[in-house]
Amino acid sequence: MFITNYIKDIFNGMKSLLTGMKITGYYFTHHKEIITEQYPDNRATLKMADRFRGEVVMIHDENNEHACTGCSACELACPNGTIKIINKFELNAEGKKKKAIDTFVYHLELCTMCNLCIIACPTDTIKMEPNFEHSVFDRSQLTKVLNHTGSKIKAGVE
Amino acid sequence: MIEELGTTSEGYMVINIGPQHPATHGVLRLVMTLDGETIIKTEPHLGYIHRSIEKMCESLSYRQFVYVTSRMDYLSSHMNNHGCSLVVEKGLQVEVPERAQVIRVLMDELTRVASHELWWGAMAMDLGAFTPFFHSFRERETITDIMEETCGARLTMNYICPGGVMADLHPDFQKRVKKFVALFKSKFHEYNELVTGNIIFQNRMKGVGILSAENAISYGCTGPVARGSGVSSDIRKLYPYEVYNKLQFDEVLETGCDSFARYMVRINEMLQSIKIIEQLIDQIPEGEFQAKTKAVLKLPKGEFYQRVETARGELGIYIVSEGGTTPYRIKFRSPGFSNLSALPHLVKGSKIGDLVATMGTLDLVIPDIDR
Repeated sequence: MFITNYIKDIFNGMKSLLTGMKITGYYFTHHKEIITEQYPDNRATLKMADRFRGEVVMIHDENNEHACTGCSACELACPNGTIKIINKFELNAEGKKKKAIDTFVYHLELCTMCNLCIIACPTDTIKMEPNFEHSVFDRSQLTKVLNHTGSKIKAGVE
Repeated sequence: MIEELGTTSEGYMVINIGPQHPATHGVLRLVMTLDGETIIKTEPHLGYIHRSIEKMCESLSYRQFVYVTSRMDYLSSHMNNHGCSLVVEKGLQVEVPERAQVIRVLMDELTRVASHELWWGAMAMDLGAFTPFFHSFRERETITDIMEETCGARLTMNYICPGGVMADLHPDFQKRVKKFVALFKSKFHEYNELVTGNIIFQNRMKGVGILSAENAISYGCTGPVARGSGVSSDIRKLYPYEVYNKLQFDEVLETGCDSFARYMVRINEMLQSIKIIEQLIDQIPEGEFQAKTKAVLKLPKGEFYQRVETARGELGIYIVSEGGTTPYRIKFRSPGFSNLSALPHLVKGSKIGDLVATMGTLDLVIPDIDR
């Protein structure tokens, strides 16, 4: 009885092994089923999803103008202190003082891509870009200034 | 007290497994007392990935604290966010639109399938089979692609927020989910052929790591671990939230009490999740995806509790509010912690080779245990 069970076990083992090997063999011979992406080589054709959250950028139009009023809503919404806005006061055409942003500091090294700043922004001036390759040699390079040099606020944005 | 490593006075050997060990799926440290190959005592030592999330949440507003919970049990981040949103909505008494509820449940179930698939691959890898990992990640990749498209991230989505969901569904969502369901159904037989039906696998699973129903209850086990011992513990059935009470699905129960029963619960749970997705995917109602809430959320003074079913079991979120913009105290009842507490009992007296197999069926996520 022991011998019969022993032989039966061996045959069952072989059978279940072959069942598994059949699947392996199927994929070995069917190359169209392979879904591996050759990542660094396919960079030219790689397209990320539109909503993919990679980093925060500020939208500038062709006249180098943005819509940021310096209201600090994003700074308050951020859970990690990623955003720091430094404001300045400019004199407008009528000689009145007007608040404007001087520097929009963005610490990418602290950002967790939670999207809360984008939702908080009342003028939709910041958005998430699907760029995910953030490797740099020095941490200080991850601290970015989002407003371009010489940019100013769009006319009519309050 | 941490015992000195080496040999005890009885002649038993004390060794470490972890904190850096490929089989513990994270920084779990087990101090084991061994008599040859037989396990006499197991002591889990925690705290290697403790980030004090509960304390962190006390300084964050009710909108901000939701995202941190994605980092607890990162494989069921949607369910964590869901629970947090539900408890805030309970305090604010906000009615969530029907569309948002259906989207949330759909996302939960997709995450559950993705989590169980990762578990299945990692579990087989613990036992020495490497191929299943690639097979499970093929389907899981389809889900993460769907998540990336709609939520904007692949693992820590932060898509569910108090009041509804952050953004509307991507126009391709339904099409891609249907494609995934078709792919999953056509490939599901491979799971059983590769692993479930394998004699070697069955011999290593059956009769190993026995957890009786009484012990499952006394250790506070929930989720598939408790259901493998025949304890009904599905929060979706027992305390339905959102649209779960309108759905047709079964609570998967196995009475084997061993590692194989827990394995079968998760395998069958994937099918139940697919069943839920199929019911909802054509029935997403039109309307708003977010309820109107104030810019600054303030919970009234009091205590609020909400439980949700994550892929690992029951997650409870308890908030004490003093009426301000930040919670006074937050406590998370994580499923992984209670499930881990049953491990010393499960492996006592068994061989050290069975430890990894038994630990695999508990589906431990260490950041969830330490928080």
